[in-house]
Amino acid sequence: MGKENKSGENFSWSYAPAPESPDQIKLRHRYDLFIGGKFKKPSAKKYFSSINPATETELAEIARAGAKDVDQAVKAASTAYNKYWKKMDAAERGKYLFRMARMIQERSKELALIESIDGGKPIRESRDFDVPAAAAHFFYYAGWADKLEYAFPNRRAESLGVAAQIIPWNFPLLMAAWKIAPALATGNTVVLKPAESTTLSAMKLAEIIRDCDLPPGVVNIISGFGDTGEMLVKHPQVNKIAFTGSTEVGKQIQRLSAGTEKHLSLELGGKAAHLVFEDAAINQAVEGVVNGIFFNQGHVCCAGSRLLVQENVLEEFVTKLKARIEKLIVGDPLDKNTDIGAINNKAQLSKIVDYVQIGKGEGLEVYQSACRLPEKGYYFRPTLLLNAAQSNRVVQEEIFGPVLTVQSFRTIEEAIEKANNSAYGLSAGVWTEKGSRILNLAAKLKAGVVWANSYNKFDPASPFGGYKESGFGREGGLQGLLPYLNLS
Amino acid sequence: MQWNPKHSPPVDQTAVEERVARLSSRSLKNTAKVQALRLALSMIDLTTLEGMDTSGKIQALCEKAMHPDPSLADLPSVAAVCVYPIHVRQAKTCLHESGVRVASVATAFPSGNSTLALKLQEVQFALEEGADEVDMVISRGEFLKGNFNAVYDEIAAVKALCGKHRLKVILETGELSTLGNVRKASDLAMAAGADFIKTSTGKLGKAANPVVSLVMLEAIADFYRLHGKRVGMKPAGGISSAKSALAYLVLVYETLGEAWLTPELFRFGASSLANDILLQLGKEERGVYYNKTYIPAD
Repeated sequence: MGKENKSGENFSWSYAPAPESPDQIKLRHRYDLFIGGKFKKPSAKKYFSSINPATETELAEIARAGAKDVDQAVKAASTAYNKYWKKMDAAERGKYLFRMARMIQERSKELALIESIDGGKPIRESRDFDVPAAAAHFFYYAGWADKLEYAFPNRRAESLGVAAQIIPWNFPLLMAAWKIAPALATGNTVVLKPAESTTLSAMKLAEIIRDCDLPPGVVNIISGFGDTGEMLVKHPQVNKIAFTGSTEVGKQIQRLSAGTEKHLSLELGGKAAHLVFEDAAINQAVEGVVNGIFFNQGHVCCAGSRLLVQENVLEEFVTKLKARIEKLIVGDPLDKNTDIGAINNKAQLSKIVDYVQIGKGEGLEVYQSACRLPEKGYYFRPTLLLNAAQSNRVVQEEIFGPVLTVQSFRTIEEAIEKANNSAYGLSAGVWTEKGSRILNLAAKLKAGVVWANSYNKFDPASPFGGYKESGFGREGGLQGLLPYLNLS
Repeated sequence: MQWNPKHSPPVDQTAVEERVARLSSRSLKNTAKVQALRLALSMIDLTTLEGMDTSGKIQALCEKAMHPDPSLADLPSVAAVCVYPIHVRQAKTCLHESGVRVASVATAFPSGNSTLALKLQEVQFALEEGADEVDMVISRGEFLKGNFNAVYDEIAAVKALCGKHRLKVILETGELSTLGNVRKASDLAMAAGADFIKTSTGKLGKAANPVVSLVMLEAIADFYRLHGKRVGMKPAGGISSAKSALAYLVLVYETLGEAWLTPELFRFGASSLANDILLQLGKEERGVYYNKTYIPAD
C-alpha cells in the first residue's frame, strides 16, 4: 500500500457565516396605529420600543393604543361591518382574501426578514414556514368565503360583527393570518392587537391591507400592551373575541367576557408529551423530538416539551438525543444555517433560566449543548432535563423555551396516564411503527392534535385547538369557520 | 460478530426525506466551501467500469487521479482508482508510489450471480495483481429471499481473504426496495466484516441518493456506538456535481461528525464528479468560471 494521500489531515469542518443582509428591508422610525384604513398617531402620543432580541438594539418605535384609540378602532370596524362588509357579495370578499394572500407571497422575503429581526426566529423558519403558511391560510379561507352554504348545508350561517383578536409573539404574522382570514371569510370585521414585542410584521400586514384596497375599517390593527388588549376585550361593540396566548390571560379574558353576549374562542398553553415506543424508528424519532421542542426556540404552544420514552430504549434514546443537540447551530437568526435563534424577549429568557434552575433544584440532571452563544442578544442553550417525574414543576408547567423534560414509562397504560396527567391538552406525539397502537393512542390521548411519527405539521385545512386548559374553538379547516358564525 | 435481522430498527422514509431536505439547505460559503471541495476531491474513487475499458483508458484515468488539474496549485490527488481486476496490475504500476490506491471490483460484479468459490477466486486474483482495496457486491437475490446467512457468510469469507486490505461491500440499494432493507443490509455487512459499505454498482438507473445514504450513515453511527468500530461509507453512481458532493459531506458531518471526514472513511464512487469540483475550485481561485475546455478531460 502506498503512502497516505495528503488531504484530510487536521480537518476541521465549519460552515462559514451565511447571513441574510438586514439592509434588504427598510423599517420606518415609527409605526402608528392602523385604524379605518389609515395610519394614525395614538391620541396620547405614547410610543414604546421594539427590540431586536438578537442584538438588544431598538428597531423602531411602536404606537401604544389608549382607550380613545381602541374605541376609534372598534367603531371603525363596526361602521365598516354595516356599511361594506356585511352587504358585500361573498365572492367579492373572497377576492380580497386572495389578493392579500398573493401580496404576502410577493412580499415574502421582506416579511421573513422582519419576522426574524423582530422576533429572533431563524430565517430558515420564517422563510420556509411562517410566511408561506400565512399566505396558505389566506388562500384557504378565501376559498370558503362564498361556499358557506356548502360548509353548513341546510343551515343559515351569519357573521357575528366585530371580532377583537389578540395574538401572541411566537408566530406574529402567522397568528395574524390564522385570525384575520377566517374572520373576513365569514363576513366579520376585525380589530387585531399584536403582541408588544413583535408588532412589526403586523404593521407590514397593515400596509398590505391598505395596498390591496380593502374597504376602510374592515381590518384595524392597534399595537400596545396588555392594557390595550383589556380595553379591547371590554369594549361593548365587540361581538367576538379570539385570543391566542397564555392560559393565565385566557382565564382573565373569560372572566371579563362572562355575562356578555360576546363569542369567545381561546387557544392557550400546552405541555405536549412525546411517547416513544421501543419499536419506533429510533433515529427518526430523535429527529422528530428535536424538531418538536426546538422549533422556534421552543416558543410553540404545541411544542413537544415532555419526552416519555419506553424504559428499554431510554438509554439509547438519550445518548442519541444528547449527540444530536450538540449539532444544533444556535446563533444569528439571519444566518441561513441557524437552527435555533434568539429567545423572543428578555422577560421570556429570564423565565426560561428560572425554570431550568427550578429543575436543577428539583434534583434533575441538566444537560445543555456546549455550543458557543453570541455575546450579545437573548440566547439559551438547547437543554434536556433528565430523570424527570410527574411531580416536578418543570413537567407540569409550560416553560415555552428550548427545554425538554425526559421521563420513562414501562407500559402503554402508564404512558397514556402520564401524557394525560396535565392541565393542558393541545397536542401529543406518538412514535411507533405499529399502526393499531397509533389509532388506539389517538383516541385515548386528551389532546387536540395527535401527530404520529411526525410533529409540528400544519395545514390550513386541518383544524387546530385544545382540550382542557389549552382552550376551546378550532382554527383551520372547516371547523375554523365556526367560531366566527351564528348557525341557525 | 453476531447478527440478527430482528435487531435492525425500522426506518421511517418520510422522516428521512425530511431530514435530507432540511440538511440540503445548509449553506457553505467562502473558505468553508473551498476546504470542503478540496476534501471532496481527495475522497473520490475515480472509476471506470466499462466493457470498453482499454489500457489507454486506464492510463489516462491514473494520470488524472494523481494530478487532477496541474493549473490549480497544491491540489490533493484523489483517493483511489476503481477498476475491474483485469486492469489492476496496470493501474498499480502507473500509480506506483503516488499514494493513490487501486480498488478492484470483484465477486461477479455487478450482479453477484456466481458461486462463492468463483467469487473468492476473483478476489484472490485482484489481490495478487496488487489491489489495495476490494469492492464486492452482495447477492441481492439471496438477501431478498431472506437467506441472510448466505449473504453474511460470503462477506465474511471475502473479508477473511482480504485480510488487511480494505473491503467495501456494495449493497446495490436500488435493488433492495425499501429503506428498512437498506438498513438491514448495512447492519449485516458491517457485522460480517465490511470496512466500508457502498450504495451502488453504478450499473443501475437507481444509484446513490442522499436518502439511502443517510440511512446507511445512521447504521454506521449505531454500529460505532455499539461496537466501537468506524466503518466507512461510499455513495457511488449518479454523483456528478460539486454541489451534490458537498451535500453528502454535510450529511456525513451532521450524522457521524468530523472523524468521518477523511478519505479513510468516506469515498465518492464517481467518474465525472472530479471535473465539476475542479471547475468550482477554479472559480473560487480566479473569481470567475473559466472555460470547461481548460479542465483536463478524462
